[in-house]
Amino acid sequence: MTGWSRRNAPGVAGAVIVAAMAVLAVVGPPIWGDEAVRIDAAAILQGASPGHPLGTDNLGRDLLARVLVAGRYSLLLALAATAIGAVAGIVLGTLPSVLPRRAARLATGTVNALVAFPGLLLAMFTAVVTGLGARGAVLGIGAAIAPGFARLTQTLAATVANADYVSAARMLGVPRRRILTRHVLPNIAEPLILNLTQALGGALLGLAGMSFLGLGVQPPDFDWGRLLFDGFPRIYVTPEVALGPAAAVALAGIGFNLLGDALARAAARTSVVRERTPAPPVADGAGEPDPGAVLEVRDLTVTFPGGVTPVRQLSLTVAPGEIVGLVGESGSGKSLTAAAIGGLVPYPGTVTYAALRLGGRDVATLSDKELGTALAMVFQDPLAALNPALKVGGQLAEVAIVHEGADRAEARRRAVDRLGHVHLPEPERRARQHPHELSGGMRQRAVIAMGLMGTPRLIVADEPTTALDVTVQRQILRLLREVVEETGAATLFISHDIAVVGELCDRVVVMYAGRVVEELPAGRLADGAAHPYTKALIASLPDLDTDRSTPLAGIAGTQPAPGQIGLGCAFAPRCPLATARCESERPELVAHGPGQRVACWEVK
Amino acid sequence: MTRRLGVRRLVRFAVSLGVLMVVSFAMIHLIPGDPVRAALGPAAPLELVEARRAALGLDRPLPEQLLTYVTGVVTGDFGTSFLTGEPVGEVIASRLPNTLSLALLATAVALLIAVPLGMWAAVRTENGRNRGTELGFSATTGTAVAVPEFLYAIALVTVFAIALGWFPPAGKAGPLTYVLPVLALSLGPAAMIARISRVETLRELAKDYVRLARAKRLPAARLHLRHVLPNTLTATLTVGGLLLTSLIAGGVLVEYVFAWPGLGLKIVESITQKDYPVAQGVILVYGALVLVVNLAVDLVLGALDPTSAIKEA
Ligand code: SF4
Repeated sequence: MTGWSRRNAPGVAGAVIVAAMAVLAVVGPPIWGDEAVRIDAAAILQGASPGHPLGTDNLGRDLLARVLVAGRYSLLLALAATAIGAVAGIVLGTLPSVLPRRAARLATGTVNALVAFPGLLLAMFTAVVTGLGARGAVLGIGAAIAPGFARLTQTLAATVANADYVSAARMLGVPRRRILTRHVLPNIAEPLILNLTQALGGALLGLAGMSFLGLGVQPPDFDWGRLLFDGFPRIYVTPEVALGPAAAVALAGIGFNLLGDALARAAARTSVVRERTPAPPVADGAGEPDPGAVLEVRDLTVTFPGGVTPVRQLSLTVAPGEIVGLVGESGSGKSLTAAAIGGLVPYPGTVTYAALRLGGRDVATLSDKELGTALAMVFQDPLAALNPALKVGGQLAEVAIVHEGADRAEARRRAVDRLGHVHLPEPERRARQHPHELSGGMRQRAVIAMGLMGTPRLIVADEPTTALDVTVQRQILRLLREVVEETGAATLFISHDIAVVGELCDRVVVMYAGRVVEELPAGRLADGAAHPYTKALIASLPDLDTDRSTPLAGIAGTQPAPGQIGLGCAFAPRCPLATARCESERPELVAHGPGQRVACWEVK
Repeated sequence: MTRRLGVRRLVRFAVSLGVLMVVSFAMIHLIPGDPVRAALGPAAPLELVEARRAALGLDRPLPEQLLTYVTGVVTGDFGTSFLTGEPVGEVIASRLPNTLSLALLATAVALLIAVPLGMWAAVRTENGRNRGTELGFSATTGTAVAVPEFLYAIALVTVFAIALGWFPPAGKAGPLTYVLPVLALSLGPAAMIARISRVETLRELAKDYVRLARAKRLPAARLHLRHVLPNTLTATLTVGGLLLTSLIAGGVLVEYVFAWPGLGLKIVESITQKDYPVAQGVILVYGALVLVVNLAVDLVLGALDPTSAIKEA
């Protein structure tokens, strides 16, 4: 709760200020009204004194009283301007939906042109036409508010009229008036009220500005702007006379703005559930490095606040030149595993491990230079993975510039060379282009080439072909294979598609609900899979030509969310072989034949 | 930006300019009663009023007046001041540079303060860390945005010119006199741009290309300045450009506070003194400035954003 109230503190402050102003507008004139106009020839143009804390004006009237009284007039003028602007705007905004098409377009065009004009300019225009005075200023500021409301009304009316629930109501024969009051108005009321708050604040400041320039309220009336107009020439001698009206205007502006901001945030807020962060699980027992592995992961755990643990004590090793497939449905933790290995788990996630070694050394001890050149990452969507604002060649070259101190020309040459290496046609030209000028397949080649700028020892490819079409997928897979053979890099290939993994990889690691449930040589997938989940994955594979995007269509139920995993085997609710023991006790990953490990009670 | 889009934008600009001219022409005719009589006061002799009316062409038919007005404006003839007899065109030409320099400097200062500030806040508050910074940032900018420029101006004059005497309180004479007006004009927009810069930066930080750049282990400065900054600029500059139009209007108030010899001071004088030809000319110029700024923002953005070509295609 403390977090909630702290974040709302500005909104509460705004509401308090606005409420205080409203109260002042009501009680100010009756209480201080007489004092504000009492002329005292003996106290003309005085500075601050105990009797007149903010001084007096040219007729000896008390300035504090005048500021307190002027609140009502200032607020009323702002309300009038806002009302004019809102009504005119809403009328103008609904016109396009009732007028014939040409006239409607003209109305929309007019609104769009007017929105760009600053309110003060419009107010000056009306001030010329109507002469000096509050009327002209209110009309002008109102005219300035109208276009904003018109545009808002247009947008809102358009979205609501097309919303499903309105069409549904219309089809059900709900009367028009009822549609308007029950469906349309409640849905546009919130943004309109929000806009009213902001417009009211804007009108108040605009009117104060006009009066301050001497173009708004004229004596004997006075608002805060007019008091500032009178006080401003005196700031050289008695600055305090300007303080009252200035503070009043500033406070009003701040109050309305903070309140408007808070309302806008409240309107946009999606409920966020916040829980206490548990201490991350401690893992120890690193043991000796495995000399045969480039990547060695032992007991990797990723935790998020609220006891959500998407990756649990995951262990795996990848040998040089080996491609290991990490398979699982979305939500199995496979992508977070990749992120954890790359050191890219976003805040507030916490990563713990007994060992996370690259080339036998703890990744935490590796320098950025070593990691930046030894680790290559490939993501699912190459368009998103490349910076849209930078040229392709430059994005490659910077690896060499930053980590190897290469000069520009040399880095560029290498970038072009690497682009050619991944069979990108016309690498010279491509290097000078922006990512959006390349096709999807070319972009993914460019991302792979980026990994080849250093000397990659580990390649982590997270669904690198999922966003591409089928023929391009094959080309990219072939390229990956080629790159691995050539560089001898260990490769972790993450995919939901067990068929692709079976084709490309040497070894397969199957994940379910954050844990490894089976690990086996890719060649044994077809006949040697032992875990019921792996079997189900394979069984659900249709022929090669059909859609494979829903790999587990054959198994009832869904994978449990990371927060809802019980004590036993996470697969138990969906498992055809589950026993009572599966519900209460979790099976460990144990050896099962050559190169294979399985975590299942029923596999003997 | 494709050429067709550019042409369409130019046509729209020309149409708006035409409408603006008609509106400013209509201004004098919208004044209830006789504008010349209103300007000269009830005591002025009838012959003088008649002479003025004839000089303004107000005795001729409306279409002819409009034609004269438009040809005049196009050739730089905006009429003459009621009060001083000066050609309005000359008044505008001598004062426009002062107004423009103030607005452009203020925009530059606002961007220079705001973009780094917003980026810094974004990096510090990414994914909801450092809630204190976030709260402080949004409260400060939310307050700074809400204070109108003329209050900044008055406060700056009171503190730095009158109390401390560091800067001249008014007028335009040398670089020092620019400091306070530019500050007064840029603080509010700076707070606004800082907020937008933060939101845009946060949006970019969550994207895959930043993940890849992080995987490349780029130094933080390079990551943020070379990779993130260019991608936030489009949105930030759009708002910056639109703020320039509000800066032009805000400049009127700031010029008034600092007795800055620009168009803003002139328009206030001319409205107060009912010097209609001057008011008409200056309002026309202000309106045209707004149109030019919007056109420039559109054209520059079209050229800057390499993906807009795709969107339009
Ligand atoms: S442990 Fe039990 S529930 Fe889990 S996969 Fe094996 S048989 Fe199924």
